[in-house]
Amino acid sequence: MGLEPAEKRTPQTRTRKPAVKLLASPAVRVGISISIATGLYGVSFGALAVTSGLNFWQTMALSLLLFSGGSQFAFIGVVAGGGSGIAAMSAATLLGMRNGIYGMQLNALLRPTGWRKYVGAQLTIDESTATSTGQADPAEQRRGFWAAGVGVYVLWNLFTAVGAIAGSSLGDPKQWGLDGAAVAAFLALLWPRLKGREPIAIAVVCAVATVIAVPFVPPGVPILVAAVVAALVGWFSHGRRDEGLEPDVEPYGGHHAGRHQDNGSVPPGVARREGTDPGAGA
Amino acid sequence: MSLWIWLLTACVLAYAWKLVGYFVPARFLEDPRTSRVAGTMTIGLLASLTVVNAVVSGQALAADARLGALAAAAIALVLRAPFLVVVIAGAGTAALLRLMGWS
Repeated sequence: MGLEPAEKRTPQTRTRKPAVKLLASPAVRVGISISIATGLYGVSFGALAVTSGLNFWQTMALSLLLFSGGSQFAFIGVVAGGGSGIAAMSAATLLGMRNGIYGMQLNALLRPTGWRKYVGAQLTIDESTATSTGQADPAEQRRGFWAAGVGVYVLWNLFTAVGAIAGSSLGDPKQWGLDGAAVAAFLALLWPRLKGREPIAIAVVCAVATVIAVPFVPPGVPILVAAVVAALVGWFSHGRRDEGLEPDVEPYGGHHAGRHQDNGSVPPGVARREGTDPGAGA
Repeated sequence: MSLWIWLLTACVLAYAWKLVGYFVPARFLEDPRTSRVAGTMTIGLLASLTVVNAVVSGQALAADARLGALAAAAIALVLRAPFLVVVIAGAGTAALLRLMGWS
């Protein structure tokens, strides 16, 4: 869906070698372009991580083992602000909860077995979920997940290393505006989730709660205060069940007009996207 | 050394979240609150992290070049710039403002 050019080309390539066939899969092509776009900004993570006080191997451990952009940025964001290790760990862990929801959706969708479950779990992130759930055909859903998951993993780690090496030779990070880069990175992660009035209201309330908490609690803890406020809002209010779970990528481009009227009626694991402009946003 | 411990704990817990999704019975997903909370918390945490990195300095609030970075990033996002361009816009603006004397 939404990738007409690739679909038109499929009949011609069907006669060629398997490798070419795989590249003709719309999901694989989207997965590759998402991998390149996401992998590249691993540079900013690597550079910011070393300038916020992590060493090269701590930076690599986050990309290799934790492997979830938002949580990784959260960890170094708390450390950079003078927060404790436990506060950094807590922020990263709370932000990782959504991957559990993605895991449930993907498990229902792809029905992985054996080792695929364990490897697939590590590759369960915004990008692989979005690429997979954007496809309608089960084989394409599977290909999309693995293409984006493996692709992002390899490139994200490669570019994290590049960023970490470059970052450690920069000297004073403030002179290069790297603290400004962190601000921009968090806003860019938040931005795609602010579709409609409710998520914006949640963001504002949590931002205010953070500012109020700052003078009273140790560094890093205001972020956890905001997490509690957000969890309470989610628990006691009735809105879209997938609010904020819009992965921060739109592999199939398109717009989401009218989506905010479907208050929780979207069945889990079912393709929600209706991309219209092929290739855009990838 | 203690940073290593919390860092590795974060890695283990991140994988645990991911794995939980593949092993809990599907009916958990049918409780709309589970995914609601995961979603609102994602928004809340990212909003909070944005604010902390923009205006917080230790245990106080500060208005410095990072505010310029926030504004530049917002403009870049309105113009639908890709992630890396947004980040570079933020860094460039903060660096430029410092060069002009605004710490």
